Amino acid sequence: MTSTMPPTSAPPAVIQKTPVEWLKKNLFSTWYNTIITVVLLWLIISTLISTVDWAFTTARWEVIPANLKLYMVGLFPKKELWRIWVLLGMICGLSGLSWGAIARNVAKLFSPTVIGGAAAIALFTVLIPTPWPNRLILLGFELMILATAWIGRAITRNNPNVAQWIPAAWGLSFFVMLWLLAGGFGLKPVRSGDWGGLLMTMFMAVVSIVFSFPVALVLALSRQSSLPVVKGFAVTLIELIRGTPLTVWLFIGDVMLPIFLPDVWKIDRILRAMVVLVFFCAVYTAETIRGGLQAIPRGQSEAALALGLNTPLSLGLVVLPQALKISIPALVGTFIQMVQETSLVAILGLFDLLGMSRSILSNPQFVGRYAEVYFFIGLIYWVFCYVMSLASRRLEESLNTGY
Amino acid sequence: MGKWSVRLLAAVMMVMPLAACTTAPSGDESGVSVGGKAAADGPSRLETVKDRGTLICGVEGTIPGFSFVDTDGTYSGLDVDNCRAVAAAVFGTAEDIDSKIEFRNLDSTSRFPALQNGEVDMLARNTTWTTSRDASGGNGMEFAPTTFYDGQGIMARADSGVSTLADMDGKSICVETGTTTELNLATRTTELGIAVDEVKFQDSNATFAAYEEGRCEGITSDRSQLAAKRTGLSEPDAHVLLDDVLSKEPLGPVTINNDSAWFDAVKWVTYGLIQAEEFGVSQDSVESDVDSDSPDIKRFLGGEGDLGEQLGLPADFMVHAIKAAGNYGEIYDRNIGEVLGIERGQNKLWTDGGLMYSPPFR
Repeated sequence: MTSTMPPTSAPPAVIQKTPVEWLKKNLFSTWYNTIITVVLLWLIISTLISTVDWAFTTARWEVIPANLKLYMVGLFPKKELWRIWVLLGMICGLSGLSWGAIARNVAKLFSPTVIGGAAAIALFTVLIPTPWPNRLILLGFELMILATAWIGRAITRNNPNVAQWIPAAWGLSFFVMLWLLAGGFGLKPVRSGDWGGLLMTMFMAVVSIVFSFPVALVLALSRQSSLPVVKGFAVTLIELIRGTPLTVWLFIGDVMLPIFLPDVWKIDRILRAMVVLVFFCAVYTAETIRGGLQAIPRGQSEAALALGLNTPLSLGLVVLPQALKISIPALVGTFIQMVQETSLVAILGLFDLLGMSRSILSNPQFVGRYAEVYFFIGLIYWVFCYVMSLASRRLEESLNTGY
Repeated sequence: MGKWSVRLLAAVMMVMPLAACTTAPSGDESGVSVGGKAAADGPSRLETVKDRGTLICGVEGTIPGFSFVDTDGTYSGLDVDNCRAVAAAVFGTAEDIDSKIEFRNLDSTSRFPALQNGEVDMLARNTTWTTSRDASGGNGMEFAPTTFYDGQGIMARADSGVSTLADMDGKSICVETGTTTELNLATRTTELGIAVDEVKFQDSNATFAAYEEGRCEGITSDRSQLAAKRTGLSEPDAHVLLDDVLSKEPLGPVTINNDSAWFDAVKWVTYGLIQAEEFGVSQDSVESDVDSDSPDIKRFLGGEGDLGEQLGLPADFMVHAIKAAGNYGEIYDRNIGEVLGIERGQNKLWTDGGLMYSPPFR
């Protein structure tokens, strides 16, 4: 009797190594490897020592707590700060709900990693040098994220349809947030020039990413189009914007646009910068999406046509979901880059994180505190970009269907 | 999951066209005339500013003593107080004046375009008064009276042994690009027949940071700035300000050409601050000085005559200006003297041997 199963064999034995053996194999295997290891080790350690030494002895960190409000919200009026808190609360609540909805099929929502992370964030929150009420609010927000995540999971488990409404809730909340920021309709108006710091950076980044996406989709599809006019337009726009540095476009938007546009068309300065950012982000995203589209075999759309789907449906139901899924790593790369590129608006004199820092450095009290100030905003950028990249990895995992 | 993505997509696409409606609020900029040459045709900028109810003032935003944002999030500095005085005079009130001013940060390359295309009403932005900037065939600006007489200087490390500009031969100097500073340095080094290596930066903080890191052996900028930034260096005493004065740098507010009404308003408010110091009218005393026995002071503060009306301003425009910012001496002490410790020198009143002189208010 013959078996159709291949003969089973034992897995290769795992060779247990002691740390010393590992070091010997990986770092000190040959004489030149030993030299490289020693030199690099010396470089790393001496840099680390001098950095730590600077941070604890030379650095004068009082510039950060004294200007924390400026870093966070810029010149936003003090009396209206509650609006920013409400806005932050909305973001936290919605994030929690979304997290719960996405993780509704995960067995355990609060894994040890999550609990550990939450505890670390809580500890960090308590240490932030801001008045106690602020710290308590922040702690409250953190609890709210966890609570809403739990609720979101419970609801979407019982009723998966609810999850569809979360994107709509985000869309709606955007307008509420805009209202909170700008005022009007019963709230005291706040000039867009008074939004600043992290608030401005995040606002610009979010707006340029969210609004560039549909533009990018249209551009990517147009570039694939067989209609010469549509294709030509997309190619021209993409190559024109991509071929010129962002700084140039920002200057064109800031300095030249008001000269060309008729008097009645006075566009807000920050809006002009944002339009530039949206288009700049869109052309890069478009090319990323195009890459994703080209990676989908023709057979997919042919099969969709064979099933009787028309072109929009085959695009929307078959091609795009797959194309976008494989583009996620590159897309997130573009988005992270956009978060950082918003710092270029500082050259226009806008008070984003970098612009605010430049102004803080001109305060006679803090003249010369370059290292502390730039280190701090670097840290803020890093935290946000790292969170984005973490989130994208999670999204990839949850979307990974194996085909 | 596919269904979900499509819904998300649809939601995003629905939101997009609405973005057009989200024009963020700005100072109402309607009726702003574009370009210096067009200024003569339309209404004066003075009327535009009054109708709008906000003064858009272009400042540098990152110069200690002149314009920066303090920890409370309010602008302060000599240039900023100049904007406050003008705004208070135009709107006839000193109360909550900051809510009637929109400060706009401009770097040295974008300041003139911003004024020309009507983005800002005036500059109070450390701008040096020169022929080509004033001439209608040049930048086409109008320069209000100088509010700070500065001169370009050079700072170097004390241990470098450099004591004059000639000693800088073959060495590198950090300089901010797009400024008269850059041109003056080139002129002086050519005159002396020396070669210096110019290391150029777009903004003043970067220039000073580079100098502190030792990327250049000297740094050149206005002497006031060198003195101010020296206080922030890790060892202020290790750096010396050379005696060479490379240039004359009269700094003052700027408006667009061909708009006399607006220019006169800015000009006379600025003169008024100097005159107030000469009269001894201060922020605290201005209320009571309105009833002064001196006919000169009375006329100056609008108790007599119609100087305000002639300028298109409220009769008591100087009262509001002084209430908002103080007289020139107070502005100087508050922003430059006390904070940066720079001697008044040429910026004293003419009666004390300085250059600050206001034509008579009559």
